[in-house]
Amino acid sequence: MANFSTNEFKAGLKIMLDGEPCNILENEYVKPGKGQAFNRVKIRKLISNKVLEKTFRSGETVEGADVLDTELSYLYTDGEFWHFMNNETFEQIAADEKALGDAIKWLVENDDCTITLWNGTPIVVTPPNFVELEITETDPGLKGDTAGTGGKPATLATGAVVRVPLFVQTGEIIKVDTRSGEYASRSQK
Amino acid sequence: MTNSLNWRPSASIDCLIKRNQILRQIRDYFSRHNVLEVETPTLSPSTVTDLHLEAMETLHTNPLSVKKTHLYLQTSPEYYMKRLLCAGAPSIFQIAKCFRDDEVGRYHNPEFTLLEWYRLGFSMESLIEDVDSILRLVLDTPHCEKVSYGELFIKYLDIDLKCVSDEKIVSICNDLGYENLVPTHFSNTLSIVEKDTLLQLLFCEKIETQIGTDKPIVVTHFPASQASLAKLSEADPSVSQRFEFYYKGVELANGFEELSEESEQRVRFDLDNNARVQVGLAPKPIDEKFLNALKEGLPSCAGVALGIDRLLMLALDKKQIREVISFDFGAL
Repeated sequence: MANFSTNEFKAGLKIMLDGEPCNILENEYVKPGKGQAFNRVKIRKLISNKVLEKTFRSGETVEGADVLDTELSYLYTDGEFWHFMNNETFEQIAADEKALGDAIKWLVENDDCTITLWNGTPIVVTPPNFVELEITETDPGLKGDTAGTGGKPATLATGAVVRVPLFVQTGEIIKVDTRSGEYASRSQK
Repeated sequence: MTNSLNWRPSASIDCLIKRNQILRQIRDYFSRHNVLEVETPTLSPSTVTDLHLEAMETLHTNPLSVKKTHLYLQTSPEYYMKRLLCAGAPSIFQIAKCFRDDEVGRYHNPEFTLLEWYRLGFSMESLIEDVDSILRLVLDTPHCEKVSYGELFIKYLDIDLKCVSDEKIVSICNDLGYENLVPTHFSNTLSIVEKDTLLQLLFCEKIETQIGTDKPIVVTHFPASQASLAKLSEADPSVSQRFEFYYKGVELANGFEELSEESEQRVRFDLDNNARVQVGLAPKPIDEKFLNALKEGLPSCAGVALGIDRLLMLALDKKQIREVISFDFGAL
């Protein structure tokens, strides 16, 4: 993998740090008038998901990380692995629970997910921004109440629990924003 | 410089009006104090030897000569202004365009404006008061706080620079997560350049971010190895008569009680060039005319350079240097 110098650091560049692939978020140039220039770099570690600041000497080089985002559709889980397929090549890839993380509760069959591969191995699975899931259980609530004040918890087919308005009932399909974990609307289908 | 065709200035017209008002305030201040405004060339066949300053170069064609001449754009007007002082000029000031290669950021534009001035007969202390007067005038700040470089290292890092070992500096840097900046071959000693780099790192990251938050602060007595063109302190030659002003995280001004000895100046140029070679940079041509002027005699004086664009950022509460420059590097 190629090395990158601090002047090539920009948001989105993937580098290796402490043996872990990282995504650069911000790169700030700092230089005393008469002194050495530094780059104060904000980095997200892709596996532990930790955000940290690291200072580099300007011109310092670091190893790039072979990280690739790919769109794959979710097929099924065998309990140990979650299987995804490239819809053009029909190539399949299996991700483990660690790579799934929170995405596990938003997986819907045939949904396109972003799989981040490091050296060909899935390390992060990002679900679509919105998914549609069936409510398997929620209190009946009051009929005619559309104000949505506070709402009520609802359990979805994947086991995820979200707050929904009182008028939404068991068996209905709702749209959820996976980034915030919040109810968006009833399904339009 | 951007791929868009956005032709608009990076600063608002309102900012430029305020910029003009502040420049006028500064000129009035110097006029009241009988400091003469001068202009010196931006171009020079020689340049600074500093390890951490890179000058931009240009090529000049002379219609009466077949040879093209390499010229440098000034990184500051220091040498020409000192040549004026050696030639008998009174206290002088200049508002000059300066150019530094490889510097772009929130506080850096490759082409920027320096206010540089020299006061005959001034000590470091009296020049500090002079800078403070300008800050109070333009920024309406309280009197600045004064602290030495050594005191700051004790206060914020518990490092006594007078007796700290190189190993201790390295272990502190490692503990703070700067292991990537420690020389890989380190056994027990650091070269002067390596040590200064680590001190500058600690200063930038652990001190500068914490000082001068509610009033300007002047840091005095930088280590002799970072003296630049300042005299060494008579009381303690391990430190120099160099000072820097900081306010709200901005490095505002750098000043010296000026080194006037030609032989010592030549030694420093040579040391700089040696350091450049050590780290793989090309040595720079030494300004022999400047050294000849020092031989003639630089009157006892103190001088300082203040970043006008940064002063404006503070005065107008702007977060980016481009907001106070009509067309910044990104708007060219």
